[in-house]
Amino acid sequence: MSVINDVVIKIATVNGTGSASANGLLRKAIFRMGVPVVGKNFFPSNIQGLPTWYEIRVTGDGYQSRSNRTDLMVAMNAQTYEKDMAEVIPGGWFLYDSTWPRSKLLDRDDITVIGIPFSKLCNEHFDGVRTRILMKNIAYVGAIAALLDLDLDVITQLLEETFGDKKHLVASNMEAIRLGYDFASEHFKCPLPSKVKSMNGTKGQVVIDGNTAAALGCVYAGATVGAWYPITPSTSLMDSFRAFCSKYRVDPETDKRTYAIIQAEDELAAIGMVLGASWMGARSFTPTSGPGISLMTEFIGFAYYAEIPAVIFNVQRTGPSTGMPTRTQQADILSCAYASHGDTKHVLLFPADPGECFTTAVQSFDLAERLQTPVMVLSDLDIGMNDWMVPEFEWDDKYVPDRGKVLSAEELENMDKFYRYLDSDGDGITYRTLPGSHPKGSFFTRGSGHTKLGGYTENGDEYQEVVDRLLAKWETARTLVPKPDIQYSKLNKSALLTVGSGNGACLEALDRLASQNIGLNYCRAKAFPFSDEVKEFIDKHEVVYVVEQNRDAQLKTLLMLDIDTNPAKLVSLLHYNGMPLNAGFVVEKVLEEIAKGRAA
Amino acid sequence: MSYIAKPKVTHPKLPRNKLGLTERDYEGSVSTLCAGCGHDSITAAIVQAVFELNIEPHMLAKISGIGCSSKTPTYFVSESHGFNSVHGRMPSVTTGANAANRDLMYIGVSGDGDSLSIGAGQFVHAIRRNLNMCYIIENNGVYGLTKGQFSASADIGSKPKKGLPNQQEPIDAVSTALSLGATYIARSFSGDKDQVVPLIKGAMLHKGFALVDIISPCVTFNDHEGSTKSYAHTRQFYHHVVDMDYIPPAKEIKAAYDEGSSMPIELHDGSKILLRKVDTEYDPTSRAKAFKYLRERFNAGEIVTGLLYIDEGRPEMHELMGNVDTPLSQLSLESLRPAKGELERILRGYR
Ligand SMILES: Cc1ncc(C[n+]2csc(CCOP(=O)(O)OP(=O)(O)O)c2C)c(N)n1
Ligand code: SF4
Ligand SMILES: [Mg+2]
Repeated sequence: MSVINDVVIKIATVNGTGSASANGLLRKAIFRMGVPVVGKNFFPSNIQGLPTWYEIRVTGDGYQSRSNRTDLMVAMNAQTYEKDMAEVIPGGWFLYDSTWPRSKLLDRDDITVIGIPFSKLCNEHFDGVRTRILMKNIAYVGAIAALLDLDLDVITQLLEETFGDKKHLVASNMEAIRLGYDFASEHFKCPLPSKVKSMNGTKGQVVIDGNTAAALGCVYAGATVGAWYPITPSTSLMDSFRAFCSKYRVDPETDKRTYAIIQAEDELAAIGMVLGASWMGARSFTPTSGPGISLMTEFIGFAYYAEIPAVIFNVQRTGPSTGMPTRTQQADILSCAYASHGDTKHVLLFPADPGECFTTAVQSFDLAERLQTPVMVLSDLDIGMNDWMVPEFEWDDKYVPDRGKVLSAEELENMDKFYRYLDSDGDGITYRTLPGSHPKGSFFTRGSGHTKLGGYTENGDEYQEVVDRLLAKWETARTLVPKPDIQYSKLNKSALLTVGSGNGACLEALDRLASQNIGLNYCRAKAFPFSDEVKEFIDKHEVVYVVEQNRDAQLKTLLMLDIDTNPAKLVSLLHYNGMPLNAGFVVEKVLEEIAKGRAA
Repeated sequence: MSYIAKPKVTHPKLPRNKLGLTERDYEGSVSTLCAGCGHDSITAAIVQAVFELNIEPHMLAKISGIGCSSKTPTYFVSESHGFNSVHGRMPSVTTGANAANRDLMYIGVSGDGDSLSIGAGQFVHAIRRNLNMCYIIENNGVYGLTKGQFSASADIGSKPKKGLPNQQEPIDAVSTALSLGATYIARSFSGDKDQVVPLIKGAMLHKGFALVDIISPCVTFNDHEGSTKSYAHTRQFYHHVVDMDYIPPAKEIKAAYDEGSSMPIELHDGSKILLRKVDTEYDPTSRAKAFKYLRERFNAGEIVTGLLYIDEGRPEMHELMGNVDTPLSQLSLESLRPAKGELERILRGYR
């Protein structure tokens, strides 16, 4: 029996050997055949020499998450043969470089071992050490093409797009593809019972990572000042912003730029720069990860109290401390929600995939300026650095940015006197001015106690009046942040609830549970503070499984802190080994809970 | 009432600047520092300098960290834009602000603790970027606001009020700035307003990073016998090396000056400074020579003051980045977006 478009290919290589472009070629070829794909990187915190894996899930059903199984292992790293072989599911395939045969590899008789002498073939056909290594990567793509029945014309076209005029490169790469393809076809039964077949499942879709998408969002939002200190996995966000800006923000005539990217000395400085720029009225942001947030906290509290807009992208990685910097987690939820000393709380936005990184980036500037407060976009390594298939982004040219309550020079001119912290509209949001705009617009920004008029105070009542108004603003924020995505049917007593990158796995898990006649409702919260809809959703259920990627149930804790609800209803499903969440985990945990007697 | 607004009674005969404002218009609220604190004299010098430079108050941004010194922006130019940030982080706020709006004038006020201990990292990196600002360190050798602990600028052997003398090498802001390539470096003493005012004026107008390190005695915690940052000690060991006069744009240098000891330097706005070398050997345009001189005088226990180094030619942050002249904060967001249909083209690369 053959399986069509449901296969997981895992490619094991050595970091720094240039396998990324070969893997990208493979992923793109499948996508171009109209078949949905998911691409995940599992890479070490290392520049060269350590093992690295790329996993391609071919999913005709169009699921977004990884599946946590390997059908075809492409083992190009002898250091990890043993581990890689153990991972293949019974009935699966293990492809390796048989230039150096390994009889020991034939140990497992429940899988098929496919040996192709890639190194030998490439050494015979190509010159130069580097070329041979690169061509070996391309050759395994050729072998996989034969094994999975990929369309060679599509591969040729992709190579032509990549190399453009450099015809000789197209030719040599095709030669390498052929070496692998022909050897596999001649020596093994191709295609395998599990194969790829052209379909029409990728129309209107792109495959992109979240950091690139977020950077593009910043460009479209009109961000002009980006300050940062490099940290995995957020670095590529600023790299992409720079790349887009060098294309779209440089005057072709004068060569002058309309953006400033400042590589700060550390994250304390990066956030300070963002606050300085936002104070002046520029849209300004900083991308970082957990350790950076830890350093920024003093300033984040300052921005909360002095009411300065700021956009912070936290591309979360596995903590605590340095943790596993190249693995994913959602373990900064609490540290971001309450970053800094004193009574502070911050608006968090949770994009679920790269498509939402684009829209959320734009939204984050609107909210930060509307609410005059830091807004943190909580992405993670899985979203930020992996390749997701998402609908093409859309841009509405009629979009009008929300710059919030900023008084113009004319408004100031006609005003008696301006007070920075006076709540004249009753929504907790006060008016600000941009320095230099008008002589009447001056005000003093301070993190020390201040009155509603903006003056320094150590008087308890005057102090309290301002922090109470900040609470009123928080309630306004609740009405402005994006509403949750909800799937609801009256028939179901229990539900799943998650945020961010857990979405894909949860949606897939819901399908799988439904096929076992277990119906669950679903809520994906998109922001903190939680909208009223989140509370209503929880209220309607007996059990709400809170799915999150950390050890300490941070999302559940946050729900309990922010929403008046019965905590006994909230049951945690926690996944925190650093790997992206998979549907199988969610299904298994829900079944376990049901077996314990919980409502289905 | 928690802060004291100063009643503004203006005498009709008070001199007015080109904007029609009096010096009183450049004042702030009443200082709450200890009577006699050096910082208050610096505040007065800033008021005079900004008044004389005819700066529109709302075009001035004053930023500080935390400390007695960092409190002072409330005490000058109340109609300007203040930003009293967090401890040691004034430079980053100024960097971001300046990146966003290059049209304002930036004056940063800091202390020796704020700049040389907790904020040493930000201090040195603002210099490296040649951030266009006037950076004032009100240097008293102690943490005033936390009641007198030694700061990183305390000299070896300087005695505290209680306890043992300092034994660690001091960080000298001036030679640090010199080694990092700051483009305007001055030192002075809060008790010498005649010297401080022109130095601040030059610093405000200099294109690039201008450091004015001002010894500013803390009368409460570091003004006793045995302290090297006291009024008495400073007066005794204090030397003018290069004095300077500020000459506004379009004004000629009138007084005849001696070629050997005087040196006119044109600033980017057309104004000039005239350096008068008290020590004719001194060359304030040579980093290497200045460094050697400062080291020698320091070893001899002298406090050398004046405009110690200047390089008006180096590009400042915006020039280094190649930015448009319009402040980034004033560009319309619409103008910053890729053209219509461009998103479509970008996304094609991800298919
Ligand atoms: C993060 C942090 N740590 C400690 C303090 C306490 N603190 C306030 S001012 C100060 C020292 C200020 O010294 P300096 O900058 O020399 O200013 P001075 O008071 O002497 O003018 C310290 C340690 C603080 N405000 N913030
Ligand atoms: S403690 Fe020292 S530095 Fe602070 S105000 Fe008093 S005299 Fe000035
Ligand atoms: Mg001090």
